[in-house]
Amino acid sequence: MSEPGADLATPFRQRAERALHDDFLQQALTIATTKFIDLRRQAFRDFPEGERLRDRAREIKEATLQGLDLYVDQLVDNVERQGGHVHFAVSADEARDIVVDLGRRAGARMAVKSKSMATEEIHLNDALAAVGITPVETDLGEYIIQLAGERPSHIIAPAIHKTKGQVAALFGRELKRPVEADPEALTRVARAELRDKFLAADMGITGANFAIADTGTIVLVTNEGNGRMVTSLPRLHVAVMGVEKVIPSLTDLVVFLAILAKSATGQKLSSYTTLVRGPRRAGELEGPEEFHLVLLDNGRVRQLAGPLREALSCLRCGACLNVCPVYRQIGGHAYGYTYPGPIGILLTAMLNGPESVKDLAHASSLCGACVDACPVRIDIPRMLVELRTEVDTRHIAPWPERVIFKTFAALLRRPSLYRVAAPVTRLLQRPFATGRRVPRLPFFFGRWTATRDLPAVAPRTFAERWRDLEGGR
Amino acid sequence: MTGSAGRSRPSRVSLLITCLADMFYPEVGLAIVRLLRRLGAAVDFPPGQTCCGLPLFNSGYRAEAAAVAARTLPLFRDADHVVVPSGSCAWMVKHEYPGLVPPALREEALALAGRTYELSQFLVRVLDRAEFESTVKGTVTYHDSCHLLRGLHEAETPRTILRGLAGAEFVELTGADECCGFGGSFAVRLPEVSSAILDRKLANVEATGAHCVVACDAGCLMQMGGGLSRRGSRVRALHLAELLEGGAP
Repeated sequence: MSEPGADLATPFRQRAERALHDDFLQQALTIATTKFIDLRRQAFRDFPEGERLRDRAREIKEATLQGLDLYVDQLVDNVERQGGHVHFAVSADEARDIVVDLGRRAGARMAVKSKSMATEEIHLNDALAAVGITPVETDLGEYIIQLAGERPSHIIAPAIHKTKGQVAALFGRELKRPVEADPEALTRVARAELRDKFLAADMGITGANFAIADTGTIVLVTNEGNGRMVTSLPRLHVAVMGVEKVIPSLTDLVVFLAILAKSATGQKLSSYTTLVRGPRRAGELEGPEEFHLVLLDNGRVRQLAGPLREALSCLRCGACLNVCPVYRQIGGHAYGYTYPGPIGILLTAMLNGPESVKDLAHASSLCGACVDACPVRIDIPRMLVELRTEVDTRHIAPWPERVIFKTFAALLRRPSLYRVAAPVTRLLQRPFATGRRVPRLPFFFGRWTATRDLPAVAPRTFAERWRDLEGGR
Repeated sequence: MTGSAGRSRPSRVSLLITCLADMFYPEVGLAIVRLLRRLGAAVDFPPGQTCCGLPLFNSGYRAEAAAVAARTLPLFRDADHVVVPSGSCAWMVKHEYPGLVPPALREEALALAGRTYELSQFLVRVLDRAEFESTVKGTVTYHDSCHLLRGLHEAETPRTILRGLAGAEFVELTGADECCGFGGSFAVRLPEVSSAILDRKLANVEATGAHCVVACDAGCLMQMGGGLSRRGSRVRALHLAELLEGGAP
């Protein structure tokens, strides 16, 4: 399935190259990811229990996935018991239709949204606008990119690709008044703009960081308090959530909250943790009249027994993006899909199939920084390699590449052939080598030598010199 | 089979030199031979070895990598210790061979994994040696290769050696634990991204003012050395063994 809105017209390598030449992007990425890395490191340094809790969190996720059907049943029962409604969506299309339909039936004209990757995944905003429901993003970062007509480039910091100067210029243009390039001033402006929207909106749309099965509670982790406004002011609240986000109980939530914000922003806790249990009850002063929870499959359930199962434990903290040397160089948009970065490649494969990541699966040096940063230690490089294997065995990889690797493999299996590789290469490299350096090579090999010298194959290999060593003893 | 040999007990070491060191950096292999012999070990180089198979494995050619693993195993059947110049190749043997080879060979692969060491780990953890004289005078810095650091969880043994080095001063590298951008075929699949990652690394290297950057992986040396040489930098990328044992045997 191809993804609407994905920037896929140009090949990935060129998208990445374009990002490398975007000076604003480079500046913004370096500042933000370096800051996130330092803050995360500091947060865990000050929290010795952190390592054990990371293991515990992973165990909880694993145990929950083992009995996912039971926990989902329990969640549904408890949400319904509190007067809420639950919907199952097999695909992105289905989820989108459910939400749009709920808004339309309620006669909604404006929907305020708190930050949600699940609604990005199903491309909800365009669908809402198409039926006359104006979507308004209320997370500051999301608000910025909505004004800019863009899509998030980071899982928790959607406008990470913009400098404050660019945001000030954007606000000036869109809101038609000069704004200082100062984060506080910019926030003040957005806050004032959004206040009226909160009051006017008749529909609130959120994602969910967690859903607690035994209480039927939806948990939102935010830093701006907008999640509370979105879930308490409009008369209709719709939460869209990947089905894997369910956790068994409140005690489990405590474990996740202890590591989530530390991994994401380096905060001990996020500024707001909002727990929502169904619609407003008799006697309560605020809260929606109607509450709906949309549980989204969209390729997830299949992975319970699939090669990407581990990725179902992802908390969407974004830590793996910040430490990824590739993400730090190219940012999120170059990936071309909703979820960027190392985990994003896996999620893209989960949502859109392995063909969609035939290039992206190689957008990693397999350095493993992501595994180290992941609060639940998802082995992302292992799954990237498995995706590469799948791309090979299903013959999706280009045939010249397959020929090269199979020839290389044949060489490595036959020492007699391997032994002649060095003398043959020495002959071939002769026109290009300057002493022990090869500064320029033609064809495919120029991809190395464009920026780096290649060492020449030595006049005599180690194996050849070893024979002398032994002979001389 | 002997257990871990202390200073007093010379041990028998088999080298798994692997493709990059064999073809491009034979000096590294020779330095290791000299070094280990000087420390009293008997060194051999089992014939018939080629490459650990990691390039195949990482690119997704799993069956081909498994075939390389299966043919490499018996070459080291009689080895007491296997020493590897690159953290990534050591990781391949220790971490991936047992799962790659046919079930009948799994026990043997696990046994080999237990006897296989990256060089710095072998020097410090098995031979218990950490005092060496540097062949380079001045300051040296260290780049953590990803597989040694995060695959084999080793940040200490190279630093233990470098801190104790006579004749050279060790300085830490900013972002030492960040990838150099090599990543095997990654370096040519996405050369622009790989080079941008390298630029960041080399800027940090040059900021240390060190005369050389040391690594324990031939892949990182190829990447960093290639970049330094292209820039005309006076900084050299050296394998740990070259720092501890220069010149020909």
